[in-house]
Amino acid sequence: MSVARWLTPGLAAASLLAIFAACLLGSTPLPADRVFAAFLGGADAGDRLVVWTIRFPRALAAFLVGAALGLSGAALQGLLRNPLAEPGVLGVSATASLAATFSLYYGLVAFSPWILPLSAITGALAATALLALAAIRTRSVVTLILIGVGLSSFAGALMSLLLNIAPNPFSLSDMISWMLGSVANRSFDEIILALPFLIAGSAILLATRRGLSALTLGEEAASGVGLNLRNQRIFTVLGAGLATGASVALAGAIGFVGIVAPHLVRPFVNHDPARSLIPSALLAGLILVIADIGVRIIPTTNELKLGVVAALLGAPVFVWIAMQRRAAYD
Amino acid sequence: MTKLSAANLTVKVKDATLVEAASLSLVPGEFIALLGPNGAGKTSLIRAMLGLEHPTDGHATLDDEDTRTLNPIERARSIAYLPQTRPLAWPNTVRDIVSLGRFSHGAALGQLKPADADAVDRAIAACDITHLADRNADTLSGGELARMHCARAFAAEAPLLIADEPIAALDPRHQFRILDLIADYVKQGGGALVVLHDIQMAARYASRLVWMKDGHIVADGPPAETLTAERLKDIYGIRATIKDLKIEMAGPV
Repeated sequence: MSVARWLTPGLAAASLLAIFAACLLGSTPLPADRVFAAFLGGADAGDRLVVWTIRFPRALAAFLVGAALGLSGAALQGLLRNPLAEPGVLGVSATASLAATFSLYYGLVAFSPWILPLSAITGALAATALLALAAIRTRSVVTLILIGVGLSSFAGALMSLLLNIAPNPFSLSDMISWMLGSVANRSFDEIILALPFLIAGSAILLATRRGLSALTLGEEAASGVGLNLRNQRIFTVLGAGLATGASVALAGAIGFVGIVAPHLVRPFVNHDPARSLIPSALLAGLILVIADIGVRIIPTTNELKLGVVAALLGAPVFVWIAMQRRAAYD
Repeated sequence: MTKLSAANLTVKVKDATLVEAASLSLVPGEFIALLGPNGAGKTSLIRAMLGLEHPTDGHATLDDEDTRTLNPIERARSIAYLPQTRPLAWPNTVRDIVSLGRFSHGAALGQLKPADADAVDRAIAACDITHLADRNADTLSGGELARMHCARAFAAEAPLLIADEPIAALDPRHQFRILDLIADYVKQGGGALVVLHDIQMAARYASRLVWMKDGHIVADGPPAETLTAERLKDIYGIRATIKDLKIEMAGPV
């Protein structure tokens, strides 16, 4: 299959191109030669500032967040054997963003800048572990999604509660940024804080991806062919929790991209969960970079939130996938 | 020689005793049919033998090593397991599903090593699904799916095979085909433990019948010795006459 062979290199090239395009486009478009020059350290100080401190980190953050969500989505779908599993839908992103907001609210981040990503990751891990436990108890796909929806609403409610009882005033717009997701004004400092966790999570997911193929057979037969089911669950939950938590620390909760990307990739990799991971990560990253370019160049009075655009595009796809599923799967 | 043994195996879940003091062994060259009514403990016994279920008492060993502590990879290389339900999560290709039989040998889908690819090809050919190899599994009929799952089990090229009701819900022709495949596997030096509900088929194919009732193994021996009218009445609650291993069922007791 030639498409399959070119899928990963093609998506990687497209992602690089999109990140480069993100550096060109904006309120004051820069021509390509000036962006090149700025990247290489030439050009004038103004160009370098725009590229290195504003546009490039923002595009890179959008890509990393998308990649983390695409990878986590594809891995969770493999583990739970369900194309609707995704950090956003299952409430993992909401819980992570609750935990992150909590640490901001109470000023815990003053102790160390690492507190923020660590809180987001703790929230993500707690939610993922809860879902994995629920997945063991219930075999029903619908129940699991409902638990995720419940978790999401609960995290949302706690978030509102935080707003009411917070000891120090925390601006509403900041809170909305966390709930809706955005990569506006992200710098390399924030990327560097999230990166180790993102890399660790991705490495765990990629190292254990072969087990996701075996789970295609169902848990019983997967154990039969030699899969250590317990370890597979632990590693996938840990990897997805780390990667999702890191993405939330960087951009807040951004939903649906983790569903859309693996769904588009799957037919080109023979529906194998293991082979879907890397292309899903690249495609989800690409989608968010492009969506963020859209957010920046669409003329609106207040800049749209990236998470809103992702949901506007992704939620209809979610509904469509859900309607495609045959009753036999449930 | 690979030997799977259960010694005094007991499985209890809460107050229910699923298997009690069952002892059984399987070696290459044997075709054992595990018989008994629904709820007799057949599936629990084989799961406990595989180390997938915690025995309350007794132990199961593979070549003197406890299957509970055995590495899943090692176990899978020695025993291929075909569970009762085989839900497929994704519409993978038949070749990919069969390739998962090589999981314990380190096979990664889409990049099989030559030895793994050869084993997969042999299993696909043996189960007569070569023409289906590139189809997606969700387009297959029940009989074709059964052959695909058999191929998946054979691809492991393990010395032992445990199959839980491999011919349930298949038409008569496919029942014969699947059992012929398992019989060939035994002829070529494998050992099979197969849960069956069709007593006539069991008597025809198996070298040994193991009869279970209420969690106990009540008889274990060649069909000629253990298949009796009295046993069918005791275990299944049916009246039958038996002549030259042919069963004539008359109805429930």
